[in-house]
Amino acid sequence: MLIRKPTDIASSEITPEDVYLNRRQFIGTAGALGLGAVAAACGTGDGKLRIDSAAGEVEQGEKPNTYEEITHYNNFYEFGYGKEDPSDPDLNSKFRPQPWTVRVEGLVKKPADYHLEDLIKLAKVEDRTYRFRCVEAWSMVIPWQGIQLSNLINKLQPLPSAKFVEFETVVRPSEMPGQRTNSLDWPYIEGLRMDEAMNPLTLVATGIYGKSLLTQNGAPVRLVIPWKYGFKGAKSIVKIRFVDKQPMNTWQIQNPREYGFYANVNPTVDHPRWTQASERRIGQFRRLETKMFNGYADQVASMYAGMDLRKNF
Amino acid sequence: MKFAKPLVFIACLIPIARIGWGIACAIAGCTAPPYFAQHLGVNPIRDAEIETGLWTLRFLAIALAVTPARRITHWNVLAKYRRMLGLFTFFYACVHLSLWFVDWWFDWPAMWDEIVKHKFILIGMLTFLILLPLAITSTNGWIKRLGKRWAKLHRLVYLAAITGTIHYLWGLSSKQGSTPTFPILYMATFALLLGYRAWDKLRKQKQLARA
Repeated sequence: MLIRKPTDIASSEITPEDVYLNRRQFIGTAGALGLGAVAAACGTGDGKLRIDSAAGEVEQGEKPNTYEEITHYNNFYEFGYGKEDPSDPDLNSKFRPQPWTVRVEGLVKKPADYHLEDLIKLAKVEDRTYRFRCVEAWSMVIPWQGIQLSNLINKLQPLPSAKFVEFETVVRPSEMPGQRTNSLDWPYIEGLRMDEAMNPLTLVATGIYGKSLLTQNGAPVRLVIPWKYGFKGAKSIVKIRFVDKQPMNTWQIQNPREYGFYANVNPTVDHPRWTQASERRIGQFRRLETKMFNGYADQVASMYAGMDLRKNF
Repeated sequence: MKFAKPLVFIACLIPIARIGWGIACAIAGCTAPPYFAQHLGVNPIRDAEIETGLWTLRFLAIALAVTPARRITHWNVLAKYRRMLGLFTFFYACVHLSLWFVDWWFDWPAMWDEIVKHKFILIGMLTFLILLPLAITSTNGWIKRLGKRWAKLHRLVYLAAITGTIHYLWGLSSKQGSTPTFPILYMATFALLLGYRAWDKLRKQKQLARA
């Protein structure tokens, strides 16, 4: 039930945050009482930041941010410059995230227009709690739901000549007031190298905290690449294009001195206007030290072996 | 009109009262802050830094508007507010800088890095250093002691207006070639205030030459 109108969700259906965060513990307890052998199947892949409290893998201070924080501090210029513009009903209430069609095109065996529901059905929806690091040096921890991009790509069968994947955000100036200005060149484009797209961490997200994505978070479907700065995660995606050349992504077009293609979280390479060595975790008073690849170096560093990350920022 | 000055003084405290109340609300975790509080989002330190910075520029503009307003309206009573408004500019600059210290939590090496590596922080610091001697020498004693040099020294405030606006401009994120509307509005305001002075001076010199 990934896509439905917010009004379709009865308040009784929404899992409160504290219950949500302890749900594995709850399942574990149920299992211990002999109520469900399914509990054993709940593990996620290695190395992801987990919120499995029963397994004791919550890192110190790595509590997920509140739903309020995650949904009221967003960069989504399609709805305005301000952090609270994308969640402002005056600016976002015209946006209709359904029905939603995603066009798969380019160097792929099965180019087609997919209903989002059908696309998501191609893989299994998983819980992934990831750190989210914005290029502006703030961060959150977000419990996403979505499908692993690699599982989807395997079903779509790109041609061997496909070396990159491009993602395109919807253009609807009548529904997205920011697109009536020239704050960016529309549509918003992002891209990944094929191995980055195939990395098990890369997620096609459709939900947060068990609820469908809200407009401000990129409804109804967006990309999450947890070891890269947040702007790599294209929102409200309508096109997935397999290409043979490295695409130009929107922020690189806008300001190539400040933003590159890779945008890997890297505390040793500063933004021209501020340091990337530390970050403010939303909801925390003291700044935290930023980790290489946002703490996911074990899973991703090998993809960049031998590359000059200062040049390829 | 006995109460005019205290009233202006209190009015100048309204922005900081609203910001302080907003921070208190953020710390207490209210999602819907009560009336009067400055709305600060889920990153309150950053928002408070931006607000106090903007108020520094606004007070600087108001302080610089006193003399042109007085000349145009011949309402000389305005002159007695000039020092107070200038000192409020410095006050908001101090709060702005203090919040930056809190933001970095006195991590001196990191703060030093910020200053030397990033020109928008550097020019912000420079602006503060320009304002500092002006605030110190704002007392009657210093005005007497410095005599004619006092007026010369205090012309540095024009420089602070320029560097302060550049600090704002450089701090904003925007795409290349786009128009930074708000910094341009501040720049235009300061250009008007400084331009008036230049024009006024020129006019007076001409009058003197004719006499």
